[in-house]
Amino acid sequence: MLNNSIVIIDYEMGNLRSVQKAFEKMGCDAVISNNHDVIRAADKLVLPGVGSFKDGMANLKKLGLVELLGEEIITRKKPFLGICLGMQLLAKLSYENGETAGLNWIDATVQRFDFSGLSQTLKIPHVGWNNVNFRNENRLFEGVLDKSDFYFVHGYHFQTNEDVITSLTDYGRDFASSLQKNNIFAFQFHPEKSQSAGLKVIKNFVKLETLRC
Amino acid sequence: MLKHRVIPCVLLKDWQLVKSIAFDSYRTIGHPTSTARIYNARNVDELIVLDIEASLDIDEINIEIISDIADECFMPLTIGGGIRSIENIYSVLKAGADKVAINTIALTQYDFIKEAANTFGSQCIVCSIDVKKIDGKYKVYNTTKGVCDIAPVDLAKRYEEYGAGEILLTSVDREGSNLGYDIELMDLFKDKIGIPIILNGGMGKPEHAVEALRSGADAIAAAHIFHFSKYTPLDIKEKIKEGGLPVRL
Repeated sequence: MLNNSIVIIDYEMGNLRSVQKAFEKMGCDAVISNNHDVIRAADKLVLPGVGSFKDGMANLKKLGLVELLGEEIITRKKPFLGICLGMQLLAKLSYENGETAGLNWIDATVQRFDFSGLSQTLKIPHVGWNNVNFRNENRLFEGVLDKSDFYFVHGYHFQTNEDVITSLTDYGRDFASSLQKNNIFAFQFHPEKSQSAGLKVIKNFVKLETLRC
Repeated sequence: MLKHRVIPCVLLKDWQLVKSIAFDSYRTIGHPTSTARIYNARNVDELIVLDIEASLDIDEINIEIISDIADECFMPLTIGGGIRSIENIYSVLKAGADKVAINTIALTQYDFIKEAANTFGSQCIVCSIDVKKIDGKYKVYNTTKGVCDIAPVDLAKRYEEYGAGEILLTSVDREGSNLGYDIELMDLFKDKIGIPIILNGGMGKPEHAVEALRSGADAIAAAHIFHFSKYTPLDIKEKIKEGGLPVRL
């Protein structure tokens, strides 16, 4: 039997309801919570979020979630879905408004788009629909066509030398638009706002089998 | 490659969606949730809903109906009208919106934009600028404050500086006119603003969208054409593609 209780982490950053709705649409009642017991009891965890990196980290700390998420995801290996800021927070360090240390689950930095040396300066934030060009396998892209359009809205992007990037997107230069590292899945775009392609990604996360440790 | 967005922009009044002509003479176009459902099915790139009663201070922001609309939207949803505080933004986002459009409070308190952008991120804050041509000059126009002193492009620069993520630029004169977007107005903004500009007001046929995007708009918003003509969002997008511009089909 599929153990499938999904908790969307409430750390007071942004569009939690949008994400919950997408899960509902895919036939899964995800719960929004920051209660430690509820999070511990969950099979899978989702970290959405829009807003600044600094506030995001501060809120995770304030709610005692940094250690808890580490235990649940790194140690107990629960499937994890990070969206937008929820992807960026996995990095070691962000350069958004100064320097802020992240969760450091991936050896990565978060940097502002830099168009120096390019013939044209593009607008920041990067807002709208853009192609996601698959690079390595990501189980959550199953049934999604390569180069599908997804909805993005962000001014900073994820940069890593670790071999975890599963797709690139071109905005002036290629940047990492998704990653998978073991049980950790993360997307810079918003699957919950990307209509049918996005809902498929959500559905694939719902379908993932869980490892009970 | 980043695509140009085609965005229906509808107004909310008395629990109904309405359409105006030059910010006046409202006509009911349908029930909010069924309209949102249709737009979602038609794969529009985004949806903007402006609550005009809340904007005119007649009523509080209608959270219940925003939540109903959001339930139908699996594309980005921007809500505007009556946003006056950080708490307002929080409650609108909690109801399922992704961005807010702010107008009057932005015009009077630039610091509010900064606070909102710092709290929710710039990507969440759309500053709305309504423009009217008076004696041959473009002026910022506000439904409660009337004609303002500042030039539209200067106001947009100010908004950008204070942390806005996008500008929704509406020509009041063209709104509901079918005459096409105000390209002369867009020309004033071209290459002057570093954040995306959504041009609104006047689309009467798909060719108008191509003109607007060629003149530098990042995205186009419209309402009249979708409700009172045979054209669908897909017709507009096909024309944009024919024009050699990037668009999501």
